Amino acid sequence: MNHLLGTDTLSREEAVSLLDSAKEFARVADQKMPKLPALRAVTVVNLFFEDSTRTRLSFEAAAKKLSADVITFQGQGSSLSKGESLKDTAQTLEAMGAKVVVVRHASSGAAHRLAHSGWLSSSVVNAGDGTHQHPTQALLDAYTLRERLYGENAAGVGLDGVSVAIVGDVAHSRVARSNVHLLHLLGAQVTLVAPRTLAPKGIDSWPVNYDHDFDRVLNAGPDAVMMLRVQRERMRGSYFPSPREYTKHFALSEDRFAALPEHTLVMHPGPMNRGVEISSVAADSPRSTILDQVTNGVWVRMAVLYQVSRGGQTA
Amino acid sequence: MSEILIRQAALLGGPKSDLAIKDGMFVDPVDLDPSARGTQLIDGEGLVALPGLVDLHTHLRQPGMEQAETVLSGSQAAAAGGFTAVFAMANTQPVADSVGVTDMVHRLGQEAGYVDVRPIGAVSKGLAGEELAGIAGMAGGTAKVRVFSDDGHCVSDSLLMRRALEYVGTFGGVIAQHAQDPRLTEDAQINEGALSSRLGLAGWPAVAEEAIIARDILLAEYTGSRLHLCHLSTKGSVDIVREAKAKGARITAEVTPHHLLLTEELTASFNPLYKVNPPLRQDDDVQALREAVADGTIDIVATDHAPHPSESKECAFDEGAFGMLGLEVALSVVQKALIEPGHLDWSGVARVLSQTPAHIGGLAGYDNPLTVGAPAHLTLVDPAALKDVQMRYTRSGNNPYGHLQLPGEVRHTFFRGVHTLADGRIVPADELPGVAK
Ligand SMILES: [Zn+2]
Repeated sequence: MNHLLGTDTLSREEAVSLLDSAKEFARVADQKMPKLPALRAVTVVNLFFEDSTRTRLSFEAAAKKLSADVITFQGQGSSLSKGESLKDTAQTLEAMGAKVVVVRHASSGAAHRLAHSGWLSSSVVNAGDGTHQHPTQALLDAYTLRERLYGENAAGVGLDGVSVAIVGDVAHSRVARSNVHLLHLLGAQVTLVAPRTLAPKGIDSWPVNYDHDFDRVLNAGPDAVMMLRVQRERMRGSYFPSPREYTKHFALSEDRFAALPEHTLVMHPGPMNRGVEISSVAADSPRSTILDQVTNGVWVRMAVLYQVSRGGQTA
Repeated sequence: MSEILIRQAALLGGPKSDLAIKDGMFVDPVDLDPSARGTQLIDGEGLVALPGLVDLHTHLRQPGMEQAETVLSGSQAAAAGGFTAVFAMANTQPVADSVGVTDMVHRLGQEAGYVDVRPIGAVSKGLAGEELAGIAGMAGGTAKVRVFSDDGHCVSDSLLMRRALEYVGTFGGVIAQHAQDPRLTEDAQINEGALSSRLGLAGWPAVAEEAIIARDILLAEYTGSRLHLCHLSTKGSVDIVREAKAKGARITAEVTPHHLLLTEELTASFNPLYKVNPPLRQDDDVQALREAVADGTIDIVATDHAPHPSESKECAFDEGAFGMLGLEVALSVVQKALIEPGHLDWSGVARVLSQTPAHIGGLAGYDNPLTVGAPAHLTLVDPAALKDVQMRYTRSGNNPYGHLQLPGEVRHTFFRGVHTLADGRIVPADELPGVAK
């Protein structure tokens, strides 16, 4: 694996191996050991054209725990993102000797362009591109699910037969796209829940079920409900008449949460709009995995950085 | 002026014959003395003789964006592709919405001397879609503008479109519409469908084109004016136009070379080289467009040659510019997409790439191609050659065909009897006769 651009190019073996590798890092790095030497003398560049404090910090923590040298460029203020073309940026990184480039960009396909245009020989990790993919988020979601469901027996297994509902603005969500591919790959059954306006065109060709009735999906007792963040700007785009109406039909409200089966887990990629797509009762309950997802993100990103820095070799 | 004798070229792909040119006109070969000093002999063996090609839809970028193209560089690219006339779209800087700009573009074309550069006038001031541009002035200037278009933008306001159709009729003009509902295509990047959803690129739905085409056909019928529909890209558009023509609507339609050959799959590379407006569609759209040219539903092929400097394609997809080059490769694409599958023969090519576009644009001299007494606009193409798809004369590099090998190569172009492309090479500007520099 030279790059990680999306979950749609992973094989099941690669995905399970990444999750297993993350589990190893979690075991070792959790034991008060400050750093592993795996990426000593390797330069990892975090290139964040779009702000995301939590993803950036997670990648920084992962790289530092592996003893990499970490350089971060972020936001609209950095010289790297100010009017400079993707090609110029790539060539600057090449000149710096970056071995791994972690890129976050508002444009779909930006990571793909960096990896495949011949401008750069580094490995590229997609940390979220437009409305396309956010593969490490999907990996950490799958990891979190696997840990909650199988605990000590999690190593080596997928998510066969696990049912997951992904709810909300699917059309504009890179998290949803990445999760659909990965969960399907790992054997889970995915149901997307969204108003027709926020369901992607061509959804019938995706390996998922689609429903616009959240209550019907909840009645089937899914193993996990993944709530997506509603982007504020969507509320003005006539995708739904009002935030209130959206919340009524598509939020994990107190009532819906109370009616859930005992075993159903509650997930959210963060940051949350409390009271819009998710109630605080649901977000803060013991069945919520939201804080686990943050912690697990570091182990998963360690696994990804380790894998891509070793290029084509398998771990 | 020199005399030229072309021996044994296949006229419109038919029987082999000699062609003679004298004083810018086709003459009877018996009236030329091949042994006279100064008579140029060209061996036409293996070549197909076509009338000079006419492009009703070209972007030349001058004034204002000369780093991408100039009237001169675009004229040379056109001649290299076998063209002898191009209609230059109005979305320059400043916009060609007044006689000052259209007459200037026309004059720059005359000074370049490679092709007839026919300026297209804007429909609305500044292409803003609000007020009519100076249509009467442009029509009455030295450039005698006959085609009006806001191309790059759609005339989306129904009332302005109605008025434009009514007004342009006064001058024998035609409105060329870029059919794109702006609200249905906000932020759109590629064809809307399963692929756009997978790639996370905002979709450009077919219905955004089809809805405007349907509306404009009704408006054209209501006003009794001429409407030309630019760059059809969907099967649905073809169906609407076919039905309207069956009912007798006075409309014409065009398709670009790229929509006849390329499909949306190319955009999965996220490479903005494949970013164009309207977007590349699917295979069944391409098939429908080819069949529509064959049955006359689509009247012409026009390049929508849209030069952009390389930096506007070396970026993320949604940051890239819309548009593809076309002039130098159009005939090869047509050979591959229409001739090889049997949709057209060479006389059909002459019709869709020369006679009919000239007719729509009000350009004289193309009605009786390759006949004695007609202006000597001539293209000689070697259909057996394999073309390396390099763009050699445009200033831009946004070539979407680089991954392909295409058939056919234009060897010679004559514009009013002037040799502009000789043995596949552009004749340098200072060697063109009779041009004031
Ligand atoms: Zn256009």
